[in-house]
Amino acid sequence: MSSISPQEIKQEFLKSKMGIAGITILAILVATSIIAIITIPIETFQEWNNPGSWISYPKVAIPIWVNFIMTEKIPEHKILETPNIQTNSRGEISLTTHQFGLNFDYNDFPSDFIYEFSSEYSGSPLLKMSVLRPDGIKLELLSTSLPFSNSKTIHSERIFSTDGSIKKNLSLQSELFAFTLDRLSAEDIVFSKTQINESLKGNYIFSIDLYAVNSEAQILESKLIIGGKAFGIMGTDELRRDLAIGLLWGTPLALFIGLVVAIASVVMGLLYGIYAGFKGKKTDETMMRFNDVIYALPALPFLIILSVTISNSIFVLVGFLMIFGWVGIAKVSRSMTLQIKTRGYVDAANMMGQKDSKIILKHIVPQLLPYAFASIAISVPAAITTEAGLSFLGLGDPSFPTWGQILRDANIFGAAARGLWWWIVPPGVMIAITGLAFVFIGNALDAIVNPKLKR
Amino acid sequence: MGLKRYAATRMVTMFGVLMITLLITIALVGSNMDTILKQGIGFQVRTEITENPAIAESFSSVNEFESFIQSQIDQRIKVLGLDEPWYSPQRIGLTMYKILLLDFGRATFLTSDAGSSDVKDIILEKLPRTILLFTTATIIISIMGIFLGALSSSKVGSLTDRVTSSFAIISSSFPVWWVGMLMIFLFAFTWQIFPARATPDIPSSDPRYIGALLYHMTLPLITIVMIGFGSWAYLVRNFMVGIMQEDFIMAKKTIGIKKNKIIYTHALKNAAPPIVTILALSLSGSLGGAIITEAVFDWPGMGRLYFEAITVMDLPVIIGSTYILTVFFLVSIFIADILYGYFDPRVRTGQ
Repeated sequence: MSSISPQEIKQEFLKSKMGIAGITILAILVATSIIAIITIPIETFQEWNNPGSWISYPKVAIPIWVNFIMTEKIPEHKILETPNIQTNSRGEISLTTHQFGLNFDYNDFPSDFIYEFSSEYSGSPLLKMSVLRPDGIKLELLSTSLPFSNSKTIHSERIFSTDGSIKKNLSLQSELFAFTLDRLSAEDIVFSKTQINESLKGNYIFSIDLYAVNSEAQILESKLIIGGKAFGIMGTDELRRDLAIGLLWGTPLALFIGLVVAIASVVMGLLYGIYAGFKGKKTDETMMRFNDVIYALPALPFLIILSVTISNSIFVLVGFLMIFGWVGIAKVSRSMTLQIKTRGYVDAANMMGQKDSKIILKHIVPQLLPYAFASIAISVPAAITTEAGLSFLGLGDPSFPTWGQILRDANIFGAAARGLWWWIVPPGVMIAITGLAFVFIGNALDAIVNPKLKR
Repeated sequence: MGLKRYAATRMVTMFGVLMITLLITIALVGSNMDTILKQGIGFQVRTEITENPAIAESFSSVNEFESFIQSQIDQRIKVLGLDEPWYSPQRIGLTMYKILLLDFGRATFLTSDAGSSDVKDIILEKLPRTILLFTTATIIISIMGIFLGALSSSKVGSLTDRVTSSFAIISSSFPVWWVGMLMIFLFAFTWQIFPARATPDIPSSDPRYIGALLYHMTLPLITIVMIGFGSWAYLVRNFMVGIMQEDFIMAKKTIGIKKNKIIYTHALKNAAPPIVTILALSLSGSLGGAIITEAVFDWPGMGRLYFEAITVMDLPVIIGSTYILTVFFLVSIFIADILYGYFDPRVRTGQ
């Protein structure tokens, strides 16, 4: 706590491996946060708890990189949104074709396929769906006419692989296959070898033809979803949410909570402690009694009651965490101030008639700064884990996807029992890594501020 | 200031804090509590009247009947003193007096395993289980921590020291409850060694209950110890390293007393005050359990009770358990303060 200049601290800090490691992790986390804020549209996290916006994603899909390790490839969930579009007009008939190419390279069948489109037309155009397989066989899947309309309308529809007419059309082509198709679902037939019912690898082309007679018909949006059991770099959860987005958004939120709580509580505690220590006597006595009261409040039960009865907004929670955060720092900075106060230069400044505020700012605060920085770094992890814990208990802010909330959902949906490790491990690892970064920085600073511990 | 006087001042402060905590709790849940109590009375009056058809028949119109019910309700509210708002001095005084005498009233939704809805019974049933798990864990943690800490302080910079220190730092940034989830995932489902839920499925009257409880306790115990002992070891190590640099130890070294002897007798003795203080603090602190850890392991103790009470907003249970948790917390701080004051007289003078 003695006089170490900022330059010395910087030098010492750069010498400590731990400090460097901490700073590196922190830099990566900050970069991740910036990437998250820039690249992911802000709506996605507001949509986090809206099941409707995740409908085209698969349920509890394993991360895709697992396929690099596994010999048996798990079918990936694919959302194909950029079809190859052709339009033809021959006399009265106009034809729009959307083709989706798909490289299917897995040992298992996909779980389903869905064609999602919206089309603008008048009359009653005909929609045909077929698939050209790697072995050259072309399977007719569907031939249906869209609902009749006199004027121009927009029609949106989802065609599922479970559709009865797809099944019927496939059974009409059963002579191509050496086994009976009765019990098989559409995707098990379309992606099957002809001799045995095993997945056929290679390039598939799904084509959707829209025929219109004497009128115009356009496909506005067109999306083919091949349902699989692997998706994204982090997989998805029971509610089909992309965990990568949740984890990415969790980073700036955790840093925000941790840093704001830590900085605010340290500043509060520092000023409180310095003022009490500097004033001394009765002021000190009363201020320290009040400090004792807050110190003796059981924090977690109170945080729970507060968030249940007052508000569970993340910003209010940050405030609550500050209430319990400043106490210890106030105690230490008070006793440090008591020591500094007795030094000659403070007395001298006092005698020269300098104002109290000036003495505090010029002579006392700078001496406590190294300690303050170390405390900030050390109190960040506690704030983050407390928030995560509250979220885990279901008391978090539902409008922000924090790591604690992901873990809560995992617990509710029994992720441990179902072996969904990608739902449990990454959020906790993120909490731990973030905590670790600050613990490293804090310990490195602490070792410089309290040289006794260095040995 | 003498030790007695110091203890007395601390005691008074602690009691004040306890009262303030109670007041804040009541202030936070008081208005909800009123609504729930009044609803309860209305419900009670109505059931009593419907059970007795003679009363209902004696009225000619529905309005008259309704006003009779209302007057009955008002009467009872008045008798119970609920016509005054919850923040009136008499009511707060009465509530606090009752709580001080450990009369927490009846739980609204929760019951003990034996079926009692008296909050005191519920708490008395849960408390021993929490003590069993968390106090055992704390004892194991402190013993391991003191040994490892002393060991690594004897060889600063050695492999043991570095491993202990890094383990301490790394483990301290993991939330215990998340490690708990992982442990459940690994040892209850992937390799089915331990049960996933820590609540035994046989009734507590069964003689095999104790055995089942111990078996169910193993996984949470291992988890808590695993995450906890590192920081203890680190703390003890730092105290010891600090003491090893004191002049009297240096003097002993120069005389030629063996290093091990210095560490295990002289240094450890001098590091005892802070260690004992922290031990007292964490032992009595462990009585309150950990709300989140118990929720993860489904351990039927105080923490889970608190969590359940919060989820269904069972206010008497919330107030009761907050009180008990606060009392334990304050007692632990008090003991720690006294021990510290006893070991280090400077504390007592307030400097």
